[in-house]
Amino acid sequence: MKKILASAGAAAAFFATAAAYAAQPTPWQTGFQPAATGIMEQIAWFEQYTLWFIVPITLLVLVLLLYCILRFRAAANPVPSRTSHNTLIEVIWTVGPVVALLFIAVPSFQLLTAQYSPGEEAKVTVKATGNQWNWDYEYQTDEPFSFNSAMLADADRAAEGKEDLAVYPRLLAVDNEIVVPVDTMVRVLVTAGDVIHAFAMPAFGVKTDAVPGRINEIWFKAKKEGLYYGQCSELCGKDHAFMPIAVRVVSDKQYETWVAQAKTDLSGANKALMAEIDSTAKVAAAGN
Amino acid sequence: MAGAAVHDIHDHKPRGLVRWLYSTNHKDIGTLYLIFAIFAGIIGGFMSVMIRWELAEPGIQIFHGLASMVYGLEGDAAIDSGKHMFNVFTTMHGLIMIFFMVMPALIGGFANWMVPIMIGAPDMAFPRMNNISFWLLIPAFILLLMSFFVPGPAGGWGVGGGWTMYPPFATSGQPGPAMDLAILSVHIAGASSILGAINFITTIFNMRAPGMTLHKMPLFAWAVLITAFLLLLSLPVLAGGITMLLTDRNFGTAFFSPEGGGDPILYQHLFWFFGHPEVYILILPGFGIVSHIIATFSRKPIFGYLGMAYAMVAIGAVGFIVWAHHMYTTGLSLDTQRYFVFATMVIAVPTGVKIFSWIATMWGGSISFKAPMLWSIGFIFMFTVGGMTGVQLANAGLDRSLHDTYYVVAHFHYVLSLGAVFAIFAAWYYWFPKMTGYMYSPVIANTHFWITFIGVNLIFFPQHFLGLAGMPRRYIDYPDAFAGWNQVSSYGSYMSAFAFLIFLFGVFEAFAKKRVAGANPWGEGATTLEWQLSSPPPFHQWEELPRIK
Repeated sequence: MKKILASAGAAAAFFATAAAYAAQPTPWQTGFQPAATGIMEQIAWFEQYTLWFIVPITLLVLVLLLYCILRFRAAANPVPSRTSHNTLIEVIWTVGPVVALLFIAVPSFQLLTAQYSPGEEAKVTVKATGNQWNWDYEYQTDEPFSFNSAMLADADRAAEGKEDLAVYPRLLAVDNEIVVPVDTMVRVLVTAGDVIHAFAMPAFGVKTDAVPGRINEIWFKAKKEGLYYGQCSELCGKDHAFMPIAVRVVSDKQYETWVAQAKTDLSGANKALMAEIDSTAKVAAAGN
Repeated sequence: MAGAAVHDIHDHKPRGLVRWLYSTNHKDIGTLYLIFAIFAGIIGGFMSVMIRWELAEPGIQIFHGLASMVYGLEGDAAIDSGKHMFNVFTTMHGLIMIFFMVMPALIGGFANWMVPIMIGAPDMAFPRMNNISFWLLIPAFILLLMSFFVPGPAGGWGVGGGWTMYPPFATSGQPGPAMDLAILSVHIAGASSILGAINFITTIFNMRAPGMTLHKMPLFAWAVLITAFLLLLSLPVLAGGITMLLTDRNFGTAFFSPEGGGDPILYQHLFWFFGHPEVYILILPGFGIVSHIIATFSRKPIFGYLGMAYAMVAIGAVGFIVWAHHMYTTGLSLDTQRYFVFATMVIAVPTGVKIFSWIATMWGGSISFKAPMLWSIGFIFMFTVGGMTGVQLANAGLDRSLHDTYYVVAHFHYVLSLGAVFAIFAAWYYWFPKMTGYMYSPVIANTHFWITFIGVNLIFFPQHFLGLAGMPRRYIDYPDAFAGWNQVSSYGSYMSAFAFLIFLFGVFEAFAKKRVAGANPWGEGATTLEWQLSSPPPFHQWEELPRIK
């Protein structure tokens, strides 16, 4: 009995942590990463919605081609017709796509507008500056503080306590994550110091170029706590593939504690946060 | 001596170097272009296989080794310059395939060969300009290949900024002379294309046979006419943009550098004002070719001729006002994005007209499935798939997630690698008997088609999945979760490369066997003027102009 409970607990812990780090790609994935914001949910919905148009149209073209190939092959139809005009059908295949495009356009414009309508003031503002080949993050709090975030080197995994490749995958894990509170409007001001980079976070449905001399603004409101990964999305040089972006979404309380300590002791704040998250996960697992 | 002889005896062919270096004959120049395109295609294709080999597995497989082979580096220096070399390969693959393979094949090659014949003209309007158009491509290509071996960024050789060459990575990011060579190469290739465009426009407007009105002109000539206008109007903008890049790099201007009051995004607007028409430049001649082939092998006239012609005019015109859909994530204002979403979607309508008209041409026909027809049907379906993902990408809201991922790579390879390239092979198998007088082996041609068809779909279909999952473009290494589909994609690449060897063998076999093709191997469906001439056509055709009723 004890054994069963223990294994159930282990399974629960596995699923709990699995849910917590769901926002990274998985093998043989064929769709979007699970959405962690309302905007990404809308993007995913819209992608599915467009499939309802483009897949049937593609299949229609395929079926028509196959029908022509079978029905009108020389052996089956030795004498070709001479028809080369039919105004009605030409009008239909001009107007038909127009109507289909209108059906796509309406939700498309709604989605686009939603991406530029945060609806509330941001409570947390982070300025992200892309460099060759890492990111600087500056928290625009009362006393601003900033730190650098680079890809986690394999040699540093042990020292950072990030040896679990499932949680801290190769090429995605970083040394210092952005930490933001859950269910809170976060604004990211994106720019670059040398060449153009791009700040992208697939699970949040945000991507914007980091352009020297400009500040592009994006916002997100993460619904679930967890560790989310993105990657630089504008060619920026030899290590373009090696400057990931990681965002840790935590509870309000964890965020407050982290911010208070991070101003003076970033590494200590990160370690404390990781320990706190681990113990919460264990408590949650034990509670099950 | 030989020059004087040409004037005396009209069908006297100059021999050897004189014939090929000094050529003013549109068919000889077309042949040179085709040979050049095959040669460039081998280099560009080799690069794509290297890219896929590298991406077959997570980690860095081959480029550190390539870097140490080519540049003689060891250890970390080899890895660092190998990473840059990967970017060089993707950049060069793009530039070579666009400027030195597809454009020379379709415009310089097939259009040069066939447009004068199809409109009943003895040659191009400006034969000497035709010659310089071709011979400018050679130094352009040499400059581009040279850039490979000169310094780019610190610790790397060659141009690694992508074919789009965005500053500041193309200015301060790569201070070495490699980028200057590439810019000059594109300048010269652009000049070559502008001269070619002027030649085609003049030829088509002024040298049509008596009775051939614009509305009786073959669709391939229409396609080339529209393409020539796109070239003429868009390439000068590119030339301006990359000249500013050049002066930013070398003469202290600051068009694109914010520290001097310039704007990196300005370059992107200039580039894509050229770049978007450019993608139609690559595909429109293919539209024309496929129209002829579908009609020929269905033994029917093309369905909705006027609609087909004006659909291409519409695509060309609208193609000039959609450029910023390549820039949705650069920080365009909401209204600007709304406009470009709308304008981009409009293009789907004339494109749909073309797809459905091709099917309607087949409808009721008596279809034989010779090699050119297989490639053309493949073209229609693959282009539809690429067009449909294009409709998705047109939506800025959705493009937010897909921009700069493999979804975009899959999309544009479906319309170009499976669209334009399929059109090139369709044209090759359609006109090869006409151009050479020899018939290729249909078995080899069909094998080439099927292996290519399966191979390229294996390469590019899984890339949709990678893009949705979030894999960014232009990455030498990727998180392990992306390994599966990348491996499938790489196998497809090896398969396609093998198919290309079959193609080369088929060409060799056709010349070795010398099967006589005859003036018109395709039967009564082939109605355009080139089929009234012998195969190969006389050195100077239409000495007596054909009359079109």
